Amino acid sequence: MADLINVQEADFNIQDEYDAMRAANQEDGAIVFFTGLVRDFNQGNDVTGLFLEHYPAMTEKALEKIVQQAKDRWPINRVRLVHRVGQLYLADQIVFVAVSSQHREAAFDGCRFIMDYLKNQAPFWKKETTTKGDVWVEALEKDQIAMEKWS
Amino acid sequence: MVQVLFFAQLREQLKTDQLQLDLATPCTLGDVQTKLLELNPHWENIMQGRTLLAAINQDMVSSDAIVNNNDEVAFFPPVTGG
Repeated sequence: MADLINVQEADFNIQDEYDAMRAANQEDGAIVFFTGLVRDFNQGNDVTGLFLEHYPAMTEKALEKIVQQAKDRWPINRVRLVHRVGQLYLADQIVFVAVSSQHREAAFDGCRFIMDYLKNQAPFWKKETTTKGDVWVEALEKDQIAMEKWS
Repeated sequence: MVQVLFFAQLREQLKTDQLQLDLATPCTLGDVQTKLLELNPHWENIMQGRTLLAAINQDMVSSDAIVNNNDEVAFFPPVTGG
Protein backbone atom coordinates (compact mmCIF):
# COMPACT_ATOMS: atom_id res chain seq x y z
CA MET A 1 0.00 0.00 0.00
CA ALA A 2 1.24 3.43 -0.89
CA ASP A 3 1.86 5.98 1.84
CA LEU A 4 -0.52 8.87 2.25
CA ILE A 5 0.66 12.47 2.42
CA ASN A 6 -2.13 15.06 2.44
CA VAL A 7 -2.17 18.82 2.91
CA GLN A 8 -5.78 19.88 3.34
CA GLU A 9 -8.18 22.38 4.91
CA ALA A 10 -10.58 19.67 6.05
CA ASP A 11 -10.36 17.98 9.43
CA PHE A 12 -9.24 14.35 9.65
CA ASN A 13 -10.59 11.37 11.58
CA ILE A 14 -8.01 9.44 13.57
CA GLN A 15 -10.06 6.23 13.55
CA ASP A 16 -10.15 6.30 9.73
CA GLU A 17 -6.39 6.88 9.56
CA TYR A 18 -5.66 4.11 12.06
CA ASP A 19 -7.98 1.71 10.21
CA ALA A 20 -6.11 2.45 6.98
CA MET A 21 -2.80 1.67 8.70
CA ARG A 22 -4.20 -1.73 9.75
CA ALA A 23 -6.16 -2.67 6.62
CA ALA A 24 -4.77 -5.82 4.96
CA ASN A 25 -1.67 -5.53 7.09
CA GLN A 26 -0.42 -8.68 8.78
CA GLU A 27 3.26 -7.85 8.76
CA ASP A 28 3.40 -4.94 11.21
CA GLY A 29 3.50 -5.43 14.96
CA ALA A 30 3.49 -1.74 15.87
CA ILE A 31 1.77 1.51 14.92
CA VAL A 32 2.80 4.80 16.55
CA PHE A 33 0.91 8.00 15.86
CA PHE A 34 1.15 11.65 16.87
CA THR A 35 -1.47 14.40 16.71
CA GLY A 36 -0.74 18.12 17.02
CA LEU A 37 -3.51 20.43 18.29
CA VAL A 38 -4.21 24.17 18.56
CA ARG A 39 -3.67 25.16 22.20
CA ASP A 40 -4.93 28.24 24.01
CA PHE A 41 -1.67 29.83 25.13
CA ASN A 42 1.55 30.39 23.20
CA GLN A 43 4.62 32.64 23.44
CA GLY A 44 2.95 34.82 26.08
CA ASN A 45 -0.40 35.38 24.41
CA ASP A 46 -3.94 34.15 24.86
CA VAL A 47 -4.70 32.45 21.57
CA THR A 48 -8.18 32.29 20.07
CA GLY A 49 -7.30 30.62 16.77
CA LEU A 50 -4.68 30.46 14.06
CA PHE A 51 -4.23 30.67 10.33
CA LEU A 52 -1.85 28.22 8.68
CA GLU A 53 -0.15 29.50 5.54
CA HIS A 54 1.93 27.24 3.31
CA TYR A 55 3.86 27.16 0.02
CA PRO A 56 1.54 24.92 -2.00
CA ALA A 57 4.00 23.85 -4.71
CA MET A 58 6.64 22.90 -2.15
CA THR A 59 4.72 21.50 0.81
CA GLU A 60 3.98 17.96 -0.32
CA LYS A 61 7.38 17.67 -1.96
CA ALA A 62 9.08 18.61 1.33
CA LEU A 63 6.93 16.15 3.29
CA GLU A 64 7.67 13.33 0.82
CA LYS A 65 11.37 14.00 1.22
CA ILE A 66 11.13 13.82 5.03
CA VAL A 67 9.16 10.55 4.90
CA GLN A 68 11.71 9.08 2.50
CA GLN A 69 14.56 10.04 4.85
CA ALA A 70 12.78 8.21 7.69
CA LYS A 71 12.30 5.15 5.49
CA ASP A 72 15.96 5.16 4.50
CA ARG A 73 16.88 5.13 8.15
CA TRP A 74 14.47 2.66 9.78
CA PRO A 75 12.58 -0.46 8.64
CA ILE A 76 9.29 1.43 8.44
CA ASN A 77 6.38 0.00 6.48
CA ARG A 78 3.44 2.43 6.22
CA VAL A 79 3.30 6.17 6.80
CA ARG A 80 0.22 8.41 6.87
CA LEU A 81 0.80 12.14 7.24
CA VAL A 82 -1.97 14.75 7.18
CA HIS A 83 -1.33 18.46 7.76
CA ARG A 84 -4.11 21.02 7.76
CA VAL A 85 -3.90 24.58 6.40
CA GLY A 86 -6.20 27.60 6.55
CA GLN A 87 -8.26 28.86 9.49
CA LEU A 88 -8.20 26.73 12.65
CA TYR A 89 -9.66 27.25 16.10
CA LEU A 90 -8.81 26.23 19.67
CA ALA A 91 -8.43 22.47 20.20
CA ASP A 92 -8.61 21.78 16.45
CA GLN A 93 -6.39 19.07 15.04
CA ILE A 94 -3.44 20.42 13.01
CA VAL A 95 -1.26 17.47 12.08
CA PHE A 96 -1.32 13.68 12.15
CA VAL A 97 1.61 11.34 11.62
CA ALA A 98 1.32 7.55 11.81
CA VAL A 99 4.17 5.09 11.27
CA SER A 100 3.97 1.30 11.27
CA SER A 101 6.73 -1.26 11.51
CA GLN A 102 7.37 -4.86 12.52
CA HIS A 103 8.70 -3.64 15.88
CA ARG A 104 7.97 -0.64 18.07
CA GLU A 105 11.46 0.91 18.07
CA ALA A 106 11.39 1.88 14.39
CA ALA A 107 7.78 3.07 14.66
CA PHE A 108 8.51 5.33 17.67
CA ASP A 109 11.74 6.71 16.21
CA GLY A 110 10.32 7.16 12.71
CA CYS A 111 7.26 9.04 13.94
CA ARG A 112 9.34 11.37 16.08
CA PHE A 113 11.91 11.92 13.31
CA ILE A 114 9.17 12.91 10.84
CA MET A 115 7.68 15.44 13.28
CA ASP A 116 11.08 16.88 14.23
CA TYR A 117 11.98 17.39 10.57
CA LEU A 118 8.53 18.69 9.63
CA LYS A 119 8.87 21.37 12.32
CA ASN A 120 12.08 22.67 10.66
CA GLN A 121 11.81 21.88 6.97
CA ALA A 122 8.19 21.85 5.81
CA PRO A 123 7.01 25.27 4.53
CA PHE A 124 4.14 26.03 6.94
CA TRP A 125 3.73 29.26 8.92
CA LYS A 126 1.32 29.89 11.78
CA LYS A 127 -0.30 33.25 12.36
CA GLU A 128 -2.12 33.26 15.66
CA THR A 129 -5.22 35.28 16.44
CA THR A 130 -4.73 36.46 20.02
CA THR A 131 -6.50 38.81 22.42
CA LYS A 132 -3.73 41.33 21.54
CA GLY A 133 -4.14 41.01 17.76
CA ASP A 134 -2.64 38.76 15.09
CA VAL A 135 0.88 37.47 15.75
CA TRP A 136 3.19 35.40 13.54
CA VAL A 137 4.58 32.49 15.55
CA GLU A 138 8.35 32.64 15.99
CA ALA A 139 10.43 29.55 15.23
CA LEU A 140 11.90 28.05 18.39
CA GLU A 141 15.48 26.98 18.99
CA LYS A 142 14.24 23.86 20.78
CA ASP A 143 12.73 22.64 17.48
CA GLN A 144 16.08 23.10 15.74
CA ILE A 145 17.83 21.19 18.52
CA ALA A 146 15.20 18.42 18.33
CA MET A 147 16.04 17.90 14.66
CA GLU A 148 19.81 18.09 15.12
CA LYS A 149 19.80 15.24 17.64
CA TRP A 150 19.08 12.85 14.73
CA SER A 151 22.23 13.79 12.82
CA MET B 1 14.30 35.66 -15.81
CA VAL B 2 13.74 34.37 -12.29
CA GLN B 3 10.41 34.04 -10.51
CA VAL B 4 10.66 35.18 -6.87
CA LEU B 5 8.09 34.31 -4.18
CA PHE B 6 7.72 35.56 -0.60
CA PHE B 7 5.77 33.97 2.22
CA ALA B 8 4.28 34.65 5.65
CA GLN B 9 5.49 37.64 7.65
CA LEU B 10 8.04 38.52 4.96
CA ARG B 11 5.29 38.66 2.29
CA GLU B 12 3.23 40.97 4.52
CA GLN B 13 6.14 43.28 5.31
CA LEU B 14 7.25 43.56 1.67
CA LYS B 15 3.62 43.88 0.55
CA THR B 16 4.56 41.55 -2.33
CA ASP B 17 3.85 37.87 -2.82
CA GLN B 18 5.73 37.40 -6.09
CA LEU B 19 7.65 39.17 -8.81
CA GLN B 20 9.78 38.47 -11.86
CA LEU B 21 13.42 39.44 -11.77
CA ASP B 22 15.51 40.09 -14.83
CA LEU B 23 19.13 39.26 -14.06
CA ALA B 24 22.07 37.40 -15.56
CA THR B 25 22.03 33.68 -14.76
CA PRO B 26 23.48 31.44 -13.48
CA CYS B 27 24.02 33.51 -10.36
CA THR B 28 24.01 32.93 -6.61
CA LEU B 29 21.12 33.33 -4.22
CA GLY B 30 23.06 36.28 -2.81
CA ASP B 31 23.00 37.94 -6.25
CA VAL B 32 19.21 37.59 -6.31
CA GLN B 33 18.97 39.31 -2.92
CA THR B 34 21.34 42.07 -4.02
CA LYS B 35 19.25 42.71 -7.13
CA LEU B 36 16.03 42.78 -5.09
CA LEU B 37 17.51 45.40 -2.76
CA GLU B 38 18.89 47.40 -5.67
CA LEU B 39 15.38 47.65 -7.15
CA ASN B 40 13.69 48.12 -3.76
CA PRO B 41 16.11 49.92 -1.43
CA HIS B 42 13.43 50.23 1.27
CA TRP B 43 13.37 46.41 1.57
CA GLU B 44 16.82 46.43 3.14
CA ASN B 45 15.54 46.91 6.70
CA ILE B 46 13.08 44.06 6.20
CA MET B 47 15.35 41.52 4.52
CA GLN B 48 18.66 42.15 6.27
CA GLY B 49 19.61 41.26 9.81
CA ARG B 50 17.13 38.42 10.21
CA THR B 51 17.12 34.72 9.51
CA LEU B 52 15.52 33.99 6.15
CA LEU B 53 15.26 30.58 4.55
CA ALA B 54 15.25 30.04 0.81
CA ALA B 55 14.10 27.43 -1.67
CA ILE B 56 14.97 26.97 -5.34
CA ASN B 57 12.39 25.08 -7.39
CA GLN B 58 10.67 24.04 -4.14
CA ASP B 59 13.76 22.54 -2.52
CA MET B 60 15.25 24.15 0.57
CA VAL B 61 18.77 25.43 -0.20
CA SER B 62 21.68 27.12 1.57
CA SER B 63 22.69 30.72 0.93
CA ASP B 64 25.43 29.84 -1.58
CA ALA B 65 23.06 27.92 -3.90
CA ILE B 66 23.12 28.60 -7.65
CA VAL B 67 20.10 30.07 -9.44
CA ASN B 68 19.47 29.31 -13.11
CA ASN B 69 17.26 30.94 -15.73
CA ASN B 70 13.51 30.24 -15.17
CA ASP B 71 14.09 28.99 -11.63
CA GLU B 72 11.49 29.63 -8.94
CA VAL B 73 13.19 31.21 -5.93
CA ALA B 74 11.32 31.58 -2.64
CA PHE B 75 12.30 33.53 0.49
CA PHE B 76 10.56 32.97 3.81
CA PRO B 77 10.99 33.14 7.60
CA PRO B 78 11.89 29.99 9.56
CA VAL B 79 8.94 27.59 9.33
CA THR B 80 6.46 27.03 12.17
CA GLY B 81 4.15 24.18 11.15
CA GLY B 82 3.28 21.01 13.02
